[in-house]
This record gives sequence, C-alpha cells and structure tokens, in this order.
Amino acid sequence: MFRFILTKLGVLIPTFLGVTLIAFSFIRMLPGDPIELLAGERGVTPERHAELMANLGFDRPIWEQYFSFLWGILHGDLGVSFMSRQPVLEEFLTRFPATVELAGCAIIFAALIGLPAGIIAAVKRGSAFDHTLMGISLTGYSMPIFWWGLLLIILFSATLGWTPVSGRLSALFWIEQDTGFMLIDAFFSDEEGAFKSAVSHLILPTIVLGTIPLAIIARQTRSAMLEVLGEDYVRTARAKGLSSFRVIGIHALRNALITVVTVIGLQVGVLLAGAILTETIFSWPGIGKWMIDSIFRRDYFAVQGGIVLIASIVMMVNLFVDFMYGLINPRILHRR
Amino acid sequence: MSLLEIRNLSVEFETAHGLFRAVDGVDLEIDQGEMVAIVGESGSGKSVSMLALMGLLPWTAKITADRMNFDGQDLLTISQKERRKIIGKDISMIFQEPMTSLNPCFTVGYQIMEVIREHLGGTKKELKKRAIELLGLVGIPSPETRLRAFPHQMSGGMNQRVMIAMMIACNPRVLIADEPTTALDVTIQAQILELLGELQKKQGMAMVLITHDMGVVAETAEVVNVQYAGQQVERQDVKGLFNAPRHPYTHALLNALPERATSKRLPSIPGVVPGLLDRPTGCLFNPRCKFATDKCRSDAPDLHSKVLCHYPLEDGMPTNNHPGVSVAEGNS
Repeated sequence: MFRFILTKLGVLIPTFLGVTLIAFSFIRMLPGDPIELLAGERGVTPERHAELMANLGFDRPIWEQYFSFLWGILHGDLGVSFMSRQPVLEEFLTRFPATVELAGCAIIFAALIGLPAGIIAAVKRGSAFDHTLMGISLTGYSMPIFWWGLLLIILFSATLGWTPVSGRLSALFWIEQDTGFMLIDAFFSDEEGAFKSAVSHLILPTIVLGTIPLAIIARQTRSAMLEVLGEDYVRTARAKGLSSFRVIGIHALRNALITVVTVIGLQVGVLLAGAILTETIFSWPGIGKWMIDSIFRRDYFAVQGGIVLIASIVMMVNLFVDFMYGLINPRILHRR
Repeated sequence: MSLLEIRNLSVEFETAHGLFRAVDGVDLEIDQGEMVAIVGESGSGKSVSMLALMGLLPWTAKITADRMNFDGQDLLTISQKERRKIIGKDISMIFQEPMTSLNPCFTVGYQIMEVIREHLGGTKKELKKRAIELLGLVGIPSPETRLRAFPHQMSGGMNQRVMIAMMIACNPRVLIADEPTTALDVTIQAQILELLGELQKKQGMAMVLITHDMGVVAETAEVVNVQYAGQQVERQDVKGLFNAPRHPYTHALLNALPERATSKRLPSIPGVVPGLLDRPTGCLFNPRCKFATDKCRSDAPDLHSKVLCHYPLEDGMPTNNHPGVSVAEGNS
C-alpha cells in the first residue's frame, strides 16, 4: 500500500513541474501587460512603464522570474495580486469554499441520479427506460452550458419565480462566514430563513453544473454494468440463489464501480477547475470567476498561482481516485 | 419418484435469424447418491439444459418442458423467489472456468460465507467456522489463512476447489458439475474429479457431470446421457454404453478415444455439430453418420424412442433392415 502511494507520488512531481511551466508561460504569452491594463485609456509613458514593471520584478530575465516563482511555491508564497494587493494564496482560499460547495453539490446531484439510472438502464437493457435515459443523457451531454443555464433561469427564476437568479445568499441576510461554506454558515447563523435562501441559491447552479457529469456518469455506469453483468461471477452469484439486489447491487456493482469511480473522480477535477461558465452565469463568487477576472487584468501572479493551485487539487483528487481503486479492486493493490 | 425428474425439456433462443432450438426434448432422471453423466461435443446443449434447470439462462431463452420436478416441487411453476431458495442450497452448480467464476472483488471466505448466510444463516463465528471446515474438506491447505485470499491470488485448481466448497456449503442434494476440469491442468483434473467423486459418496449427493471426456465418464458415472445438437440420442448405464453403444454417434465418440485407436492417426468424427444456419433435415446427425440412408436424410427419428436412430446399432452394425449400401461410404 505504502509503495503504491509512493509510486503514484513519484509520477506527480514531473506533472507538477510541467503545470508550473505552462501556467507561468501561458499568461505571459497573452498580448498586453498588467501595467498597460491598469493605466487603461490614459496610457503611460515608456519610462514610467519600465519603472513600474521593474518594481514588480518583470525586468529580470524570464528564467530568473520562473525560478523565483518555483522558489516561492516551495515556500508557500505565490506572490501578491496586483489588483487586490492581497496574497494570491489568501485570495484563492477565500473563494475556494464557494467553488467546492457548488462542485460538491453538483457531483452529488450527478452521482445520486446518474448511478441508479445507469444501473437500471443496464439491467433493463433495451427497455423504454433504457432508450429514454440514453436519449436524455446524450442531449444533456451536448447541451451548451450557458444556454442551458439561461433556459433554467428564464423558467424557474423569471417565469415561475421559484429560485433566485444569482449569488450565494439573499442580500437580506448578513451572516458571519466562518467556514466559507454558505450552507454550513447559514445553517448555524441566527438569521431565520438564511439556510433556505442559501439552498435556493444553490439549486440552479447545481443542476447546470451537474448536467454534463450526470450524463457521463449515467452512460458510463450503464456500459460498465452491461459488461459486468455478462461475467461468469455474476452467473455464479445467481447460482448461489442470492437475491437480485445482492447479485446486481453487490456482486456486479462492486466490479462496475472501478470504472465509475474513475469517471466520477475525473469529473470532480473538471468541476473544481472548470466551473467557470456556471460561476459566470450565476455570478457565483468562486475560483472560476476569479480566474477569468484575473486573466482579463493580466494579473500574472494571480493567474499562475491560481492555475498551480487548481492543478494541484485536481492531481490530489486523481491520487485519491487511484487510492480508491485499490480499495474497490484488490487486484490493483496486489499487482507488483 | 426420482429426486430430480426432467421430461421433454426444450430451450429455444430468439435470434436475429429466428428461433434456435438449443435443447430439444431432453429427459433426465436422477436419484439420491446417483451419478449421471451428460456427454456430447461443444454446442450439443449440455450446459444449456442444466442452466435452464437452474433458472440461469438469459430472458431471451424460452424454456418448455412436460415436467421438471425436484423433490416433489414443480420447478416450472414456482416463482423466482421460491426458486432462489432451492438453487445454491438443494441444487447447486459448479462451472467450467474457475478463474472467472469467482468474484475478483471479494475474498474467498466472504464468497463462501455469503451462500451459507443466505440459505442457512448463522452468526459470523459459525459462518467462519463452517467456511474453514469446507475449505479443509475440499483439500485446501491452511484454510484459516486462505479465507482472506482473493481469487487472483490462487491457482485455477485452488479456485475450483473454492468453487466446490461454496457449492456444497449448504449440503445440496443435487450437484451439477459443468465441465469442472476443462480449464485445468491434466494432473489437477484427476484430483478435482477424485474430490468430486469422494464428496458425492460421502454426502450422498446426486450428481450430474457434464463433460465431453469419455475417459472421465468411464471412471465416474453410473448412467450416461449422450447429447447431440440439443437432442438426447442415447441413454444407458455406463457399462452398456461402453460395451455396446447403440447410437452411431456414441459409437463414433467411443471410437475417437485415443486408447481405442488402432491406426497411427487419431480417429475423429468428420464435420461439426450443426449450428443455427446449417441444420440438416431428417436426423440431425445424418451428415456425419457413416450409416446414414435416404430415410435418415428425410425423416427425423422419434424423439421419444430410447435410441434416437432409425437403425440402432448392435455389435457395431445397424439393425432394423438397414439397406447396408452406404456402410462403406462417407467414412474417413
């Protein structure tokens, strides 16, 4: 087990270095620089521009800048955002709970519906339920997020008035953000109705963000189950006189889960990193929205630091998924 | 009345090319402590008929029979739930591929204890004790530690022993062994067969052994059903079958035994078992039969005769006024 984790960690180091290099260079490849954007229409004299750039350390050779970036990462220092004058790490951490909350709800929503739907479709293969589900999931998978989000807003917010349009909490409430997770903070706050408001703000973003993962999970679960249901050991389980629930829910599902856990794990990574569109549509103050804003401002430190942090989290999620494999499927742990 | 009695069992599969009859009018009768072998080439419907009995065929299979009784219970009309109380407990089945027939995600201990808990119940401690006892019974060394092993950590032979332990866990009255040794090494094959034979005697089980190995049949069975293309062509006790086979197919199978070979080349039966698209008219064996006549090619023999042949053999020669013209032909 120890060795298994160690090998996985060994692979992560070069990946991490690659990510730092990409994060560092990509933002610098974009035309314009932070000073020009700060100056805006008024412009700035070349002397003043050079002076300000030198203040931020951008006059040094590019490799030196890269190594000081790496050096900073090693010391937990990702620099200071130009815009907010706050350390990048702090900026990230204040917004991260909002993204985690949304991504978490979305993945739970997707798995709670996708897994059972996929299992039923596989067991009742070729039935009307199967065909309908596969049709819907293909639609969901191909649905452009921004359009789907707007459709839901028009129906549920504008026409029916059931859900709020944007943000995490109604402006009527003001609550202490102890954990950064609105659901938790609102639940323990004294404000009556705050929790209900927090939930209602989460519903639409959760559905929008969870749609694609839901479609993927349902389809993958179905195909994994179909494969497993034809295996000899499933027939053995039936031959033992076990109930359908045990045969499908324990003997078959345990094996199918290996594939499904991978898919869910990958989706968690995707959601944490890529809730950008959903966060923008619903003005959700999370990482995605912050990254977009930072890119527009050429906030070099915020962008490179943010990308590295997101990438690290995705890598950790993947490591966790690898670890889960071992728990679900003993063959992977025992392979030497 | 026999412990297990099957009359005129047929299994049809719905396919893209229409109905395919995989099993056609098969009978089986077995009593406590008896050992019946079902013999035939691949594709002769041996496994399918037993899977039909167990209720393990996919829903595309259509099963019909005049009678299917186990210990006074009618297996044709009982519900799935009632059937589940019987299979795995009173009737259980061992499969061909031990490496894929055990679930890779669970320890062998779990898989054995699961079936006992399902049918007989018991505390965790009792289940464990029984599982250790069973593993010992099927000849697995240090059963206490093996309990925690996963199937992939053991050999095929060991896995088959686990499978046997699992299937005899609830003291079944009928044990069906579907080519239990086909996937194993020759040395292990003998051990497993010996083990099955011992267990059968010790526990007084009725046992149905599905095989295509005539050598195995000679050593173990008392009664032999020979199946060809889904039909039962002959049924005899083992002595009679080996000394005086009555159906040309049985005769040819026995002649194909290496130890009976007289020439340098191993004898074989030309051709293969007919599939869905190349079913002959008349007797299904006629294209491969060296005694086939025009009558064989046009009329199917009566399914309910003892030997499924227009000209049953006696001393290796056809009877019933066989025209005798084609005896020399079509034989390679």
